[in-house]
Amino acid sequence: VILVGELSLWVALLMAVWAATVSFAGGQMRRGDLIASGERAIYATFAMVVLASLGLWTALLTHDFSIKYVASFTSANLPKIYTITAFWGGQSGSLLFWALILAGMCSVALWTNRDRNRELMPYVSGTLALVLVFFLATICLGSNPFERLDWIPPDGRGMNPQLQNPGMAIHPPNLYFGYIATTIPFAFAIAALLTRRLDAEWLAAVRRWALLSWFFNTTGIVLGMWWAYVELGWGGYWAWDPVENASLLPWLVNTAFLHSIMVQEKRGMLRKWNVTLVVSAFLLSIFGTFITRSGIISSVHSFAQSPVGKWFAGFLIVAIIATAYLVTTRLKDLRSHTELESMISREAAFLYNNLIFIGIAFSVLWGTMFPIISEAVRGNKITVGPPFFNTVNVPLGLLLLLLTGIGPLIAWRRASVANLRRQFAAPVGGAIAVGVIFFVLGLRNFAALLTYTFSALVLTTIAQEFYKGVGARRRMYDESAIVALPRLVARNRRRYGGYIVHLGIVVIFAAFAGLAFKREFDVNLRAGESKTVTDAWGHQWTFLSQGISRYRVLNREVTAIALDVTRDGKNAGVITSEKRQHVDSRGAPTFEPSTEVGIKGSFKQDVYVVLAGVRGTDAAEIRVTFNPLVRWVWLGGALMALGGLVVMWPQAERHRARAKSAVPARTPVHEQLPGLVRA
Amino acid sequence: VKPRIKFLLGGALVLGTAGYLMASAISETGVYYLTPGELSAKTKVDPTFYETGVKVGARVVNGSIVRDPGGRQVAFKMTDGAQTYDVVYRGITPDTFTDDVDVVVEGRLGRDGTFRATTLLAKCASRYENAPDKYKDTPGYKQAEKRA
Repeated sequence: VILVGELSLWVALLMAVWAATVSFAGGQMRRGDLIASGERAIYATFAMVVLASLGLWTALLTHDFSIKYVASFTSANLPKIYTITAFWGGQSGSLLFWALILAGMCSVALWTNRDRNRELMPYVSGTLALVLVFFLATICLGSNPFERLDWIPPDGRGMNPQLQNPGMAIHPPNLYFGYIATTIPFAFAIAALLTRRLDAEWLAAVRRWALLSWFFNTTGIVLGMWWAYVELGWGGYWAWDPVENASLLPWLVNTAFLHSIMVQEKRGMLRKWNVTLVVSAFLLSIFGTFITRSGIISSVHSFAQSPVGKWFAGFLIVAIIATAYLVTTRLKDLRSHTELESMISREAAFLYNNLIFIGIAFSVLWGTMFPIISEAVRGNKITVGPPFFNTVNVPLGLLLLLLTGIGPLIAWRRASVANLRRQFAAPVGGAIAVGVIFFVLGLRNFAALLTYTFSALVLTTIAQEFYKGVGARRRMYDESAIVALPRLVARNRRRYGGYIVHLGIVVIFAAFAGLAFKREFDVNLRAGESKTVTDAWGHQWTFLSQGISRYRVLNREVTAIALDVTRDGKNAGVITSEKRQHVDSRGAPTFEPSTEVGIKGSFKQDVYVVLAGVRGTDAAEIRVTFNPLVRWVWLGGALMALGGLVVMWPQAERHRARAKSAVPARTPVHEQLPGLVRA
Repeated sequence: VKPRIKFLLGGALVLGTAGYLMASAISETGVYYLTPGELSAKTKVDPTFYETGVKVGARVVNGSIVRDPGGRQVAFKMTDGAQTYDVVYRGITPDTFTDDVDVVVEGRLGRDGTFRATTLLAKCASRYENAPDKYKDTPGYKQAEKRA
């Protein structure tokens, strides 16, 4: 099976080359047989990559340590679930995983468009095939997961203990799905540019994929934050590390696109802009992968330097030049159908929203690349850290939050004064009330105060929208509020799903603002000693050490400390934190020790305890962090995912059935496009 | 004034502010990222590089780590081959901080030649991907080789 897997990789590469060649040729010569052959070749590529993946999984599960990848990332005593997830734990395996998902998505995209967008499809499948060729060639020639060692080790190195965490098992696939899904919109954009069919048609085809990408990107980022928080033990969830930034960039661009697409749909504006955003989201995904894998920017996350970086750099340069050429030569076809009529309009709000998203994306890109830019320009490597990103992005983020509250209230085209007064009365009132209350309660941090004021604005806006929608349904259909609410959402998924996403954003912003009140204490405790500290809410916490225990489980030696915790004199339970030394199947230590954080969470704050080290037999060095409102970050992330699902959920079959019966005799596709009769 | 112009003016204002924030944040918080050799060259030319916040990437000298038994101070030597500095760091060291790892320290170089670090990041070269020559140095393999 393993050998078959290896061979099928090469077959897949050949298939993809064939698919790219005949698809473009078929599109150019309008030959249906070639086009069909190209599409079949992509399905075949997918089948071959599936075979290859099964081969690698077989190698992992049978512990075939003659294969370098298996020996490098697993060991005989690794739990089975992590043996399976080791598939994407290392460089070459994760590339194969990427190819697998990409080929799968390509197949789905071709299948769902088998009767639609036939003018575009040859170029779509050609572009997709080219991207597949790149990934498969990188795997086959640059980083082959089936590479063999010239000796057979008795056991593998095992998996880095920090990766042995459920969050790490699902976070990378989510991010990969998000990254990879940008390829489909990219292919449609290229096809639309090539054929100059730049109307609403291609946009409609890509919206769902852009959403899918956004959804997985969002969940991937939030899961990554959660993993970093519970596993890495530095007390936070976002450090503006280059790799984190790399995952944020496509998210920002995608989010901007999901907003600006509405402007094009409603008003025919922003056509150049939308093409650019779609293409950039893809390029940034590739760029993100490039900087994680090339070692060009040092990051605690990065893979070791490897030849794969060169492949990615080459692909990136070719892709940028090709798309830049295509867009600049099609500018005439992309002219806007209408103009902005008024600054006080929904369009203008969306325009500013996009501007800020791109501003944030640019500053993140700039800060991430600054060491390289400064070295190239001035010969000195200068790095910027969290202070840079926070200085720039806190004001921009606040503006964005403000717009989230304003945008949904303004009418399209031109808002009247009456409209404004009616729509804004409640939200502005709510915002001012909350701002004043928080100020009176003693909140003096300016950024936090603004965050909560704007959050109140957005919340009231959302509540008002739901209230009005439900009210309208109650009058029209005579429904009770309980019936009307779910129906309202179900009938207008995009709109109300979007509001649920906004709700999640507000929750996350409110939680971020809580970081201003983080408190951190370094404590040394012997068994029986205690220490009392005060958190930002004014509670007194006492930590009493019960001493240190050492024991052995499965694949690790554990050193643990247990702390008796009291809050304001009342018992608050026990917090334990561990240091783990992982061992291989013969008991020899592998990797550096890792930390298991002790967290006692509530909606107010997390008490976050890290056992930093042990001196002698019982003197523990502990770091205690009070992290306000962290749980709300996860909750906000869940809300965003939920909102995304609501928007994406396929419209009920009923709608489709009705649409069909209304247009009984739809012209078959091949009659519309005589040149494209399918074989 | 046409709405389009108004929008562009507003946009320029937003982007200009963002640009200004970026430029000022870089000049206020950006720090040099150097190797010990580069830092030593800089201080020779320009003594203001003493007692200035910099980031240094280097490797921990094997066997040089000395931990203060009572407190949380740790001293070690770092080198890039060209120059070696003594480093003093107070605080919790990361799990990956051991002999021979690559570290990134942020802090100030004193005129006495000791680097006082305020942050210490350790990067394990084999974090996700093993370097082939390092591969056979892992404890499991050494034992296996002995047996063979």
